[in-house]
Amino acid sequence: MEMPVPNTAVLSKKAAVVRRLSEVLPSDAVIHEEREVKAYECDALTAYKCPPLAAVLPSTTEQVAAVLKICHEENVPVVPRGSGTSLAGGALPTADCVILGVSRMNEVLETNYDDRYVRVQSGRTNLSVTGAVEENDFFYAPDPSSQLACAIAGNIAMNSGGAHCLKYGVTTNNLMGVKMVTMEGEILEIGGAHLDAAGLDLLGLICGSEGQLGVVTEATLRILRKPEGARPVLVAFNDNEVAGACVADIIKAGVLPVAIEFMDRLCIETTENFAQAGYPDCNALLIIEVEGSDAEIDMQLDLIAKIAAKHDPIEVRQSKSAEESAAIWLGRKSAFGAIGQISDYMCLDGTIPVSALPQVLGRIGELSEQYGLQVGNVFHAGDGNMHPLILYNANKDGDLELCEQMGADILRLCVEVGGCLTGEHGVGIEKRDLMVDQYAPDDLDIQMSVKDVFDPKWLLNPAKVFPLDSSDARRVGSIAAE
Amino acid sequence: MRPETEAALAENIAAARGPLRIVGGGTRDIGAPVAGELVETAGMSGITLYEPGALTLVAKAGTPLSEIEVAVAAENQRLAFEPMDHRGLLGTSGTSTIGGCVAANVSGPRRISVGACRDHMLGVRMVDGAGRILKNGGRVMKNVTGYDLVKLMSGSFGTLGVLTEVSLKVLPVAQTQATIILHDIDAARAVGALSAGLGSPYEVTGAAYDPALREAYLRIEGFEDSVTYRTGQLKKVLADFGEMSVSDDVTLWEGIRDVSVFHGKEGDVWRISVRPSDAPAVLEAAGADAVLLDWGGVLIWLRIAEGRDVRTALQGISGHATLVRASAQTRASLAVFHPEDAGVRRLSDALRAKFDPRGILNTGLMG
Repeated sequence: MEMPVPNTAVLSKKAAVVRRLSEVLPSDAVIHEEREVKAYECDALTAYKCPPLAAVLPSTTEQVAAVLKICHEENVPVVPRGSGTSLAGGALPTADCVILGVSRMNEVLETNYDDRYVRVQSGRTNLSVTGAVEENDFFYAPDPSSQLACAIAGNIAMNSGGAHCLKYGVTTNNLMGVKMVTMEGEILEIGGAHLDAAGLDLLGLICGSEGQLGVVTEATLRILRKPEGARPVLVAFNDNEVAGACVADIIKAGVLPVAIEFMDRLCIETTENFAQAGYPDCNALLIIEVEGSDAEIDMQLDLIAKIAAKHDPIEVRQSKSAEESAAIWLGRKSAFGAIGQISDYMCLDGTIPVSALPQVLGRIGELSEQYGLQVGNVFHAGDGNMHPLILYNANKDGDLELCEQMGADILRLCVEVGGCLTGEHGVGIEKRDLMVDQYAPDDLDIQMSVKDVFDPKWLLNPAKVFPLDSSDARRVGSIAAE
Repeated sequence: MRPETEAALAENIAAARGPLRIVGGGTRDIGAPVAGELVETAGMSGITLYEPGALTLVAKAGTPLSEIEVAVAAENQRLAFEPMDHRGLLGTSGTSTIGGCVAANVSGPRRISVGACRDHMLGVRMVDGAGRILKNGGRVMKNVTGYDLVKLMSGSFGTLGVLTEVSLKVLPVAQTQATIILHDIDAARAVGALSAGLGSPYEVTGAAYDPALREAYLRIEGFEDSVTYRTGQLKKVLADFGEMSVSDDVTLWEGIRDVSVFHGKEGDVWRISVRPSDAPAVLEAAGADAVLLDWGGVLIWLRIAEGRDVRTALQGISGHATLVRASAQTRASLAVFHPEDAGVRRLSDALRAKFDPRGILNTGLMG
């Protein structure tokens, strides 16, 4: 993955920039020693690494503003960082950038159960937002797999989803307001504890903008009362296509599960060897979870079992207890770890119309043979958000590149059948150069002109989201024009 | 002009010599008065794709909302955000279009549980002020590919571009519904009751209060047995709030959705969004002739003497007020949309300048 050539003017004034940053931050909040900045050289897309010029760890919105003002004046690019769990390289540094980490800003500022919101600093982890309200039986709904580690700041940047968004929506549907700092250092309040925008929906625009429009320092999040209970049913099939048809029938029947997860044979077998969840020997399985009281759950699971029975399943395993639920979820939750045990892998994130599921799975199988790389499929079937895992050998020359080419082919396929490149991970650098496959030049230009408005000098996370050649004039030109 | 295709619309806009006034079905005459040549979108009509198994529908912007509602009802599905019909409130006639509904981000009582119109939007096609045909988003449920201009377009009232096609998420129709009505209750206690219901695990999908009748309403929807169970449980949660009854009257929620208690009555109509717990104070300060609360108290509808600026009632309270119905004169003098902070205002103006460089699309409608 190509990254822009670092700005030598910036590299050569590192000492001066560090000095200025140290004037507005405590000394332990400015990291600039070569061996220390290495800690920030990559995010969860570990195939790509580059130590930044420096990293800063502000504790307040005012400090964030002061940092951004300095970087703006000095023309230093800034890469905002939550917890560094991005799978798309959203927090990958360049050698001439300052990493702005929000990890020290993790306080809960306000909890309001009557009005059902919580206001937190953006460095707080996703799971600890729920942690702050669960003693009152409330929770924050978006639940990305990395929720133990990932920060709300990163969730907002990527508009993160999770397994339960079929019912509860993704970050943008649960975000009520932000405090944000622009690249010029201006502090803005957008939205709040009320609903909807007074004018243009800037909140909707900021959520998912991959840290390119501003640095979010505080967030007002919708919290919900926990359901009385939740239990899944596991349904095993001999055929991917039939599993796909079953998903469509469940949705059409008017049941709205909180999650419908799909696993194919490679994932089932690998997780069985790893976690011994006791899954049936089959080609495709669905885990469908519903919520409510015990009686409501039984009623919905019975209905789902009835629908599934029409599709000739190998097995229908309805959970009757918390233990049985845990056993059903065990394999699914271990899937990524299990695959990681046997091989390096790249996790894709394309979304497709649910109706295209059989076609796409078939085509992925063909591509797997063509490239000679194995693929496991585990994903959120209810909303068509696929996570094909391409297995490769990082120590074998050319294997990563081959894997990336195959990944690109799969994502183009997602677009071709009416879907998109990324459902919840974001574009980052990973899918940056594929944007031209989904969007025409004018579609990209209007998005880039949004960045022109928020960050005229293109200093915030500049080498992400848009193909480098299409953003080149803006990135380089805006500084040169000064 | 009344283009029948996106390409024709793009040509018309590119060739426009002056300001344009964009109209869908003309049923939602909201905003500061706009001058300019009329552009009707109703010529671009028809459902282009509907996949009930994927819960997605794509339609051209001029498609009548009623046509979409009939099509999805045939598959036992619905637009879950429950878009209100503005005709009775605004005294307009005509046929609402899906494009107009999205452009005004119109949502009804269920907004409090399933989200607004914008939360059900999956993709848009549009023509911007320079006459460029643009698309954003798509037709799948999860999509974070690039910036979310779909949200930005929802509620932008034709000031950024003219929508030509929209993709929406639809949801199953609930098998049945029930409403718990709390009787003889004041505003502060009513908001408390609505909060208690919305903060319970029983999935309340409507939470409204009519001060004239002193009645609070909490709606439960779902499968029959489940509704019976949850209604019973919710009654226990609300036991301290006094006398209550249960109704299965569906038209009750249509009335709340369309603010039917204001229909045919004189005065300006304001729509305010605040934290629910701030609602009683706002009501007190506003001194309106008539009021309706929805969304658990977040949404306050006020009917008030003509020309009065109700925003004084929001002193020290975070939220916003929109002047939904007033004479053209009042709408030109009082800001229809809530004045924004300088920073937000500057960004919004700059965005409009990018989408509509000549400033010809519904110029000044949003202030």
